[in-house]
Amino acid sequence: MIEELFDVRLTVNGVTHALRVPARRLLSDALRHDLGLTGTHVGCEHGVCGACTVLVDGRPMRSCLLLAVSAVDAEITTVEGLTEQDGTSEGRLGPVQQAFAECHGLQCGFCTPGFLTTITAGLRDNPAPSEDEARDMIAGNLCRCTGYANIVKSVLRAAQIAGER
Amino acid sequence: MKPAPFSYCRPGSLTDAVAALADDPDAKVLAGGQSLVPLLSMRLAAPSMLVDINGVPDLDHVRVDDSGVRVGALARHADVLASPDVRRTQPLVSLALSHVAHATIRNRGTTVGSIVHADAAAEMPMVLTLLDGSVTVASAGGTRTIPASGLYAGPLESTLHHDEIALEAFFPALAPGEGVAFAEIARRHGDYALVGVGGVVRIEGDQVLSARAGYLSVCDVPTAVDVTQAWGDDEAVVELALSRLDPADDIHATAAYRAQLVRVLTRRVLRAAYDDARHRAEGAA
Repeated sequence: MIEELFDVRLTVNGVTHALRVPARRLLSDALRHDLGLTGTHVGCEHGVCGACTVLVDGRPMRSCLLLAVSAVDAEITTVEGLTEQDGTSEGRLGPVQQAFAECHGLQCGFCTPGFLTTITAGLRDNPAPSEDEARDMIAGNLCRCTGYANIVKSVLRAAQIAGER
Repeated sequence: MKPAPFSYCRPGSLTDAVAALADDPDAKVLAGGQSLVPLLSMRLAAPSMLVDINGVPDLDHVRVDDSGVRVGALARHADVLASPDVRRTQPLVSLALSHVAHATIRNRGTTVGSIVHADAAAEMPMVLTLLDGSVTVASAGGTRTIPASGLYAGPLESTLHHDEIALEAFFPALAPGEGVAFAEIARRHGDYALVGVGGVVRIEGDQVLSARAGYLSVCDVPTAVDVTQAWGDDEAVVELALSRLDPADDIHATAAYRAQLVRVLTRRVLRAAYDDARHRAEGAA
């Protein structure tokens, strides 16, 4: 039996893509396999680990808990979309990315894309978090390397950098 | 972990949505999908068709009036939680919502979806039960309203018919003299609670007119217990509550530990609800 395919238009990081996918294609897999945007990482695939978090209309959501067919009509931002334009071809790191680099907020890096997207949205809602608020902001993301201390530092540093820019 | 194949439609109207659901006895409704998609991925559910209601207009309302809070099928937990009108009209809804999963899940998951998913370990089915709320559902034959007391048939089983879509949940407003509280114990922040308790206490002056506690993760279905007659004797309150509950063993906790959490949280929550009622009465005076 040939599986039924659906035409889907996904807007990711400002670019609209047309793709044909089965209804069961998770958004995380559509991003990675159909669009080649492998910055979004897939850990647990049932919504627990947070590695696959992307922004949907600016709000962090688990891309493994969304179907690509259902993610139409939304602006999706992945970790690839967090880089800022500065006139150079590569752009420059966004404030959260810069803070992670400065504060050693990652080790193996597997969970990092989910943290970066979550914190980017979190700082938009709360531009000057306390340490407790920073911890709360990342409570839905798992990291097995860092012990979180440097990630919390990165949140606070990212708030500073964003304020300075 | 990938879902088994299924077909999909995204109707643009409620009429089309209920028609699509009626057409296929193995179809399921997709709203936020934060419970359904993991079940699909783990292949614990394998519907033939998903009827995605995210394209149906006018279902994302969060409306408040003197009678209570009305939450539409597409209102996300985050939207309900962010509403100061909801917090003022029925604070128990907001208190419990802050314990629903993580913010990221609340951004997509819907309150109505959680209520009809009928997970006895979830917060909002218990809140609806404790407050004697209701759910309005639609099918091709029309709409009906199901009181919370008649909504839960068993674990993960609501009394909605297969061809019905939940449109709206109604949470009655906090009445004069009432106070509320909520607490739960979970192994990890944002994870399922081992036990959660909500409380509603109504006072007049120094007198307690009614005291009710609601329990999640204790029985197969969300359960509310009226403990008014035992008020004033903590031990009697707890024993009365436990006589109506049936804590069970599972991999997360033993029945005895759950019963102990019921003892501790019942006291704590009813005391906090009483204090809240006093505080509100003083504020109103």
